[in-house]
Amino acid sequence: MKILSVEKLSRSFGGIKANDDISFEADEGKILGVIGPNGAGKSTLFDLITGYTKADSGKIKFDKKNIFGLRPDTISNLGIGRTFQKLKPFADQTLLENVMIGSFVKENNIRKARDKALEIIDFVDLIEKRHHFAKELSTGQRKRLEMARAMAIEPRLLLMDEVTGGVDQKTIPGLVDIIKKLKTSGVTIITIEHNINIIMEISDNILALDQGKKIAYGTPTEIQNNKEVIDSYLGTYDNA
Amino acid sequence: MINKLQIARSEPLWNTNNRVIFLIFSLTVVLFVLPVFGINSFYLHLMIMIFMHAVMAQSWNVIAGFSGQISLGHGAFFGIGAYTSSFFFVQFGISPWLSIFLGMFFSGLVAVLIGIPMLRLSGHYFAIATLLIGISFQVVFQRWELVGAASGLWVPLTPEDSWISLQFHSSKVPYYYIFLIFFIISFFFVWLLSRSKIGFKLRAVRDDPQAALSLCINVSNYKIIAYVISAMIMAPMGSLFAQYILIIDPDRMFNLEISIIVLLITVLGGIGNIWGPLIGAAILIPISEYSRIYLGGTGGAVDLIIYGLILMLICIFRPEGLISFVPKNILERKKQR
Repeated sequence: MKILSVEKLSRSFGGIKANDDISFEADEGKILGVIGPNGAGKSTLFDLITGYTKADSGKIKFDKKNIFGLRPDTISNLGIGRTFQKLKPFADQTLLENVMIGSFVKENNIRKARDKALEIIDFVDLIEKRHHFAKELSTGQRKRLEMARAMAIEPRLLLMDEVTGGVDQKTIPGLVDIIKKLKTSGVTIITIEHNINIIMEISDNILALDQGKKIAYGTPTEIQNNKEVIDSYLGTYDNA
Repeated sequence: MINKLQIARSEPLWNTNNRVIFLIFSLTVVLFVLPVFGINSFYLHLMIMIFMHAVMAQSWNVIAGFSGQISLGHGAFFGIGAYTSSFFFVQFGISPWLSIFLGMFFSGLVAVLIGIPMLRLSGHYFAIATLLIGISFQVVFQRWELVGAASGLWVPLTPEDSWISLQFHSSKVPYYYIFLIFFIISFFFVWLLSRSKIGFKLRAVRDDPQAALSLCINVSNYKIIAYVISAMIMAPMGSLFAQYILIIDPDRMFNLEISIIVLLITVLGGIGNIWGPLIGAAILIPISEYSRIYLGGTGGAVDLIIYGLILMLICIFRPEGLISFVPKNILERKKQR
């Protein structure tokens, strides 16, 4: 089943077409990887889907409901969670409090919300850091915090923006494991990723963007053999 | 191996230190028995002013410290409270005990009306807007004949002390207890608020509104909720102060200084911390009252110079306020890590 369908989505900033006529669909329970060089419009696409930026034109349907033009909080309430490329933890609150704010969406009782938050924190393997303030955590730990917080709202679709970006190499496998574990729980994931090995490993399908346009959509094998992708992205990546 | 998740789950929900609870309890008892020892009326007045300003600062703390919106016109809600109770008593003889609630209602209503357009503005624009609104209230009341315009309202004096009319001429002790009880109720309410679901969401809005949106939090609604709660905490202090001095006028009730002092007290004591307003008031109010005694009139503005100096020092060396001098492990039971 298609949980998300995007049709002819466009958004310009001044004269620059950040997203130009983009259409794709995401299968429920699968991982969709989004790749593309810097400035391809990946984060803009996330902002358009989650309502942080208003699209100029197009259609966005989540679970057959039209979500085009809705406010971000309404969209998250419908079941779309997200993390941010530029991390946005609640810095002056503890990890536990950060995640509890998410778990309050589905749970009114404070103790139950706390217990649920603890389970999720355990899921992302940070249970020992639960009483640390978000500002005391490392970048990798803050990435986990954002994942945990987004998971706490029990989303059906989770958008993750560069989970492995900006962290040291040793931290990456742990983060990838969390994404894989998360998939088995049934949630649909769309993830932006720069690390090509990871994206090929975890994705069921890949959407490739370049200069605001969709250049390819397909399985990892199809993408690896797609000439346009190789020219604009994979080629330059390998030569670099 | 012991399951770390089970350990975490077995922890109490809040890390309240029993010593702190004991301290708060003893302080409350001391405050209740204090007048029994026959302290003179100056000290009663001083304590009343501390209670009143602590609540006023707590009100500001809710909007600024919890939800992160700097309001510079909070005196308006003090004035609305004062005018509501006095007006209904002067015109219709309604007991201030009832019109305190009316004042809260009107303050809340005004907060909604100001909040809906203004809280969509971010950061300093909201501060500037509230500053101007605060001043405009004074101008309006200076010209509003129904409420006595510039000369204000003179509350008709009852021949004797009256609990119904909330007037006490022979002693300040009843005022002391009334302010003390409102102080305890307000602080207890804000303490509950800070531990509630709303409290969590307000702090999320303060720390990062963008992230809050991704967690289904309607940021503008929560800002308005904080503003309304804050206004409704402020209003009763205006009503009670009006009953305390029994004469109100726009210059005093809508004075810009009220809006500024609640900010000074909170920042000095510790913004966003529930005890900040009490600590700030307990230090600044005596400075103000003593400089008034020794320097006459309004304290020759020396109190304001001292405030300014203290605040500068705090901003430079202790941005988290005086509360940050209290070690965290005293406020909270040592956390298991």
